[in-house]
Amino acid sequence: MTAARTITFTLNGQQVSTAIEPHRNLVELLQRFDLFGARESCGQGLCGCCTALVDDVAVSACLYFAVWVDGKSVTTIEHLDADGALSPVQQAFIDTGAFQCGFCTPGFILMSHQLLKEHPNPTDDDIKHYLSGNLCRCAAYPEIIEAVKLAARKNA
Amino acid sequence: MSEVGRELPRLEARAKVTGRAEYTHNLRLPGMLYGKVFRSTVPHGRIRGIDTAAARALDGVHRVITGEDIRKLIPEPYYGPAFHDQPILALDKVRHVGEPVAVALAADPHVAERAVQLISAEYDELPAVYDEVAAMQPETVVHDTLRPAGTFADLKHLKGRTGTNVALDYHLRRGDPDGAFKAAVHVFEHTFKTQQCLHVPFEPFVAVAEPADDTLVIHTSNQTPSFVRSEIARLLGWPENRVRVKVPYLGGGFGAKVYVKLEALVAALALLVRRPVKIALSMEEQFYVITKHATTFRIKSGVSAGGRIVARACEVLWNGGAYADIGPRVTQKSGFTSPGPYDIDNVRIDSYELYTNRTPAGALRGFGIPQLVWAYESHTDLIARELNLDPVTFRRKNILHEDRPQASGTAMKDAAIAQVFETLAARMGWGDKEPFDGGGNTIRRGRGIAIGFKASISPTASVAIVNVSADGSAVLYTSTVDMGQGSDTAYAQIVAEALALKAETVRVVHPDTDVTPYDMGTLGSRSLFHMGNAVRLAAEDALTKLRALAAEAGLPEGTNYPPAEIFKKRFGMQAGNVIGTASFVPGYKSPDPQTGLSDNVTPFWMIGGAGAEVAVDIETGAVRVEKLVNAADCGRPINPAVARTQLSGAAIMQLGFTLSEIMQLDGGQVTNASLADYKIPGIRDIPPMINELVAAEQHSGPFGAKGLGESGTFGVSPAIANAIHDAVGIRITELPITAEAVLRALRKQQGRPLEDAA
Repeated sequence: MTAARTITFTLNGQQVSTAIEPHRNLVELLQRFDLFGARESCGQGLCGCCTALVDDVAVSACLYFAVWVDGKSVTTIEHLDADGALSPVQQAFIDTGAFQCGFCTPGFILMSHQLLKEHPNPTDDDIKHYLSGNLCRCAAYPEIIEAVKLAARKNA
Repeated sequence: MSEVGRELPRLEARAKVTGRAEYTHNLRLPGMLYGKVFRSTVPHGRIRGIDTAAARALDGVHRVITGEDIRKLIPEPYYGPAFHDQPILALDKVRHVGEPVAVALAADPHVAERAVQLISAEYDELPAVYDEVAAMQPETVVHDTLRPAGTFADLKHLKGRTGTNVALDYHLRRGDPDGAFKAAVHVFEHTFKTQQCLHVPFEPFVAVAEPADDTLVIHTSNQTPSFVRSEIARLLGWPENRVRVKVPYLGGGFGAKVYVKLEALVAALALLVRRPVKIALSMEEQFYVITKHATTFRIKSGVSAGGRIVARACEVLWNGGAYADIGPRVTQKSGFTSPGPYDIDNVRIDSYELYTNRTPAGALRGFGIPQLVWAYESHTDLIARELNLDPVTFRRKNILHEDRPQASGTAMKDAAIAQVFETLAARMGWGDKEPFDGGGNTIRRGRGIAIGFKASISPTASVAIVNVSADGSAVLYTSTVDMGQGSDTAYAQIVAEALALKAETVRVVHPDTDVTPYDMGTLGSRSLFHMGNAVRLAAEDALTKLRALAAEAGLPEGTNYPPAEIFKKRFGMQAGNVIGTASFVPGYKSPDPQTGLSDNVTPFWMIGGAGAEVAVDIETGAVRVEKLVNAADCGRPINPAVARTQLSGAAIMQLGFTLSEIMQLDGGQVTNASLADYKIPGIRDIPPMINELVAAEQHSGPFGAKGLGESGTFGVSPAIANAIHDAVGIRITELPITAEAVLRALRKQQGRPLEDAA
């Protein structure tokens, strides 16, 4: 295994530094900071459970090498309520009951954040397009679509 | 009544939307080693040797363990709920591809993974059997000798049996089926098949074992903590109180995580190396743990001139895979509902659990019921078509009504079959004056309907504790696992209702067998009814004790003092507790070994059905579901909002099993063990849906409620097949209904069948 490299990046608004081997992925890096909201599940970038934002763009952290975040900014689900209040998307997921087991939920919420940033008033097709890379085995899809619409209305 | 019926969000909602909910997946302990599993590459063979030298020599590898190492710690290392047939790591033989053979342990999981690649094993390959029909002939036998666990009375006769793959045969005889078939005006017979598919919870199987002085703590993503404790204690020869099992939230279960999966393995490893050991499987590895039974169901009905079903014969073969797991229970418990929710006087059922050289099969959201409904509702539809009767009218004529005996002889009670059925028909617009639009040109439309039912598990026991603290707040202790079904929230509502609290203020302690009392398990939609009753009784016990405390404190009887005041008055300060406890054990009579009959076979019935409208592209075979109606009887829902999402989620899961999901096998090898090739429903696959809970009451349930986790799966598959038949006149008899299957059937119908690819 190759030697560790020191990387510096912004994690949820704080600048941090750590040494990490080049074969480790972003999920493992986040776990070192006790952040478990990005979860490796399918391991192939298909389910979206490991979603994190890198420079405000959603990535599959299971396929994203940790060293790639050097000099970048990483935001995880744990940061969305940093000011103590849930984000409108998080609140909408609660209000519509848009999850069951909750394992995939952080990924859906982060992807919905990116969607609403780029399309403040998304159509059903926009929602399905942005969220087609996230899977939910409990199949809360109808409620998730409602949640995104509710969050969009609240943002307006 | 204010707390029951409230649509409050789940208690853990905030923890789940902030990513902070606790899962075993997250757990890391000081000094912990990661185990990675080396698996069998052959479907059936004798182990000639396992070479671990290169793996052991790898820098960073702590140890490599094989079945023989485990045998030194546990002389009889075989586990299972029905049969003690599954070795912790393979011993002497392997029986399916992917069976665990060795484990490499390292502090870094990547090192352990690398080490696994350096292990090799040699096998003397044996002939293998994959198909349940073929397994009925004992030419290839998966287990030399049957080893029933002794837990279930109806398995005892199988002990020591050799030369067979039949792990349970269940037979039911009601009335005079032979005579009734002879007398029937019409006789119909069909065969239906279902595929092997699987749960794929997004938190894959994960367990951690932590050894202490003379105890062992197991942290696990598991639906049956009480069973895990007793099974691990049995394997180790320890009293149960030295094994502690802790379960936080589960990232999905769906029946995969019942009984023992990784727990015996991590327990043995941790005791061998005296360090905490974690095994977290990958998505791919989940394909080698547990699946849903493939089935072959031959069903035959005799019908009178007046369109009444007078006789039905059911022969169901369940493909159990290499280890029995809970398959024999599926064979019996679901087997007796094989004729469907119809009033039939003469019934014959023969249900067989079969060992094969596939990944084991067990419980998956419905415990066998969706496979049965697939067959009996496809068959019932075919009969109606043959007789030129409207499928709704034909079912109406035969449906099983309240107080009438089901095939087992148990009378239907609080079973809203007719209400669920009529709700489906109404929401589908059946009987509307407007004719149904059958489409035209290359897109043809059709509609179908299907209804199923299920018995709850018994015998069974649940125990609950409610602790009222001196400030009047309440804590509930149960061993129910909240894997997304919302049990924490429902129980809090029950406690709150009984103690006049707000549900949000009730704290629910998660399973920890040192703390929470016994429960059979979170399975078979049993928790809300069985544990729900125990929770209600425990809360009422606490209330009785609070009143006694008030009397001791000299407070006048009949006045409603807040609990905090009672404690203060009694103890002179904010101090003390009141502990309410209760257990719930419903009545049960096991089926007569000769006839398979029992007049008390279940504490309650679950009813679910679906209606589907489909559009079939006759040029490609593609099926689009344009409308899906789901209806169920869950008694009086405790939290209707959560209940509706259970109905909807179950239906969508079954939609995957209907249209796309299949575990592909080639020579015993799984060829699509990933979400890339095993297609589960995504957000683009969801049809417009109507989800409706019928107005009903389960009088023996807590505040009129009963379980719902599985009911949404029952009718989906046959409703879609029936709709396809309605659209294009072809009958699909095997799941999944892929575009290819439909196109093949269409081309066959047109007399120009598709040739198989070379």
